[in-house]
Amino acid sequence: MTVTSSILTGDRLALSRLLTQVENGTAEGRAALNSLFPHTGQAHLIGVTGAPGTGKSSLVNQLALYYRRQTTQRVAIVAVDPTSPFTGGALLGDRVRMRDLSGDPDVFIRSMASRGSLGGLAPATAAMAQVFDAAGYEIIFIETVGAGQAEVDIARLAHTTLVVEAPGFGDDIQAIKAGILEIADILVINKADQPGVENTERALRGMLELAHPVRRAFQHHGKMEIVDTPAQSSESLWIPPILRTIAIQSAGFGELAEAITRHREYLRQSGDWSRRERARLEREVEMLIQDTLATRFRAGIQGTYYAEVLGKVFEHQLSPWEAVKILLNGRQT
Amino acid sequence: MTERKIRVLVAKPGLDGHDRGAKVVARALRDAGMEVIYTGLRQTPVMIAEAALQEDVDAVGISILSGAHMALVPRVIELLKANGQERVKIFLGGIIPDEDVPTLKQMGVAGIYGPGTSTDDIVRDVREAVVDSLTR
Repeated sequence: MTVTSSILTGDRLALSRLLTQVENGTAEGRAALNSLFPHTGQAHLIGVTGAPGTGKSSLVNQLALYYRRQTTQRVAIVAVDPTSPFTGGALLGDRVRMRDLSGDPDVFIRSMASRGSLGGLAPATAAMAQVFDAAGYEIIFIETVGAGQAEVDIARLAHTTLVVEAPGFGDDIQAIKAGILEIADILVINKADQPGVENTERALRGMLELAHPVRRAFQHHGKMEIVDTPAQSSESLWIPPILRTIAIQSAGFGELAEAITRHREYLRQSGDWSRRERARLEREVEMLIQDTLATRFRAGIQGTYYAEVLGKVFEHQLSPWEAVKILLNGRQT
Repeated sequence: MTERKIRVLVAKPGLDGHDRGAKVVARALRDAGMEVIYTGLRQTPVMIAEAALQEDVDAVGISILSGAHMALVPRVIELLKANGQERVKIFLGGIIPDEDVPTLKQMGVAGIYGPGTSTDDIVRDVREAVVDSLTR
């Protein structure tokens, strides 16, 4: 039996091992991804991001429980935690908050280390989500690293992005800054039993009222990636709802799940679902072109020549731009 | 290609709530460049085996201070085998009486560590034990 057919028939050990191969970028992993790709495109990818300590993992735990109790959909969770920049090690602790999901064969939780990536996800998160998608998990939660203000990669990957806030995490000026709040399809105030919840909600609501519909496009290497054009269909404009939850009391999750369903229907009806998918796949192809070209370049250049040119940069004889031009043209200096 | 990282599950089964040792070991393994998945307190053997399966770990570290190791450890080993994960190495830490050590080792426990163990020894033993599975 091939890896692909094992995955498609629900072999959990084969799935787990393939996830490792994909995470490590091995040839076997890549080959399996190629043959699984036609089976992808079915799942609803739900991103969960927010500052450390706002309760992302507990929220995912409760949402997954809700989906398993109320629907027959299978749930996968990819939980990303940071890799140490000094040792390369990582402590992945998101499972601690997800113990309620243990024992359900239709829930699969996988922890991932960010491995040097700075956007809140790991380099292979998108590929791991594709594997879960092909394996028949209809709901895929992707929990980012506890994010600061600019870790917005999740919005490129997920269909629906939840930004989790908690009372006492900043004022109305934080709320109108660019970055993480902009990417929210749904704003969640978790720990809503804590003092200050009114202020947090007011600040977020104020931010939404100040905003007007903008084309959602990502600046990416100087090129605009248009992902979302709500202004073109103003009658079906999506305004992010603000919802309150208390994860430790399981409160507010019916409303949250309903908002996620409404967002999926909105994406389907407005055509944004396929627009987002295309933007994501286009970006993936572009990233792979960059990686492949960089690898090909390195394979084609002599290490000593590279070091020699680099040495001239170190001595300030060449600017980095000039060095790249010389290296790419293969001209002797 | 990314280098293959050693993945270790650190788990705390049973009812005792003293997880300081487990955390110290988890931190030491992290600082040695491994990816450590920490499960938290009061895990059942079924939960530990399930987590090991989903995370595709190379090793499982179990911390027990309650004296229930002769019941819990064989059960974890049995469940890992049932899931097809017989290659996963098992390490045990906590309060383990000397007379139980030979039996546990015979069951397949790769290393047993009591209070006062140097974390360097644990890191070295884990690295050596999982060398084979890294090249698979």
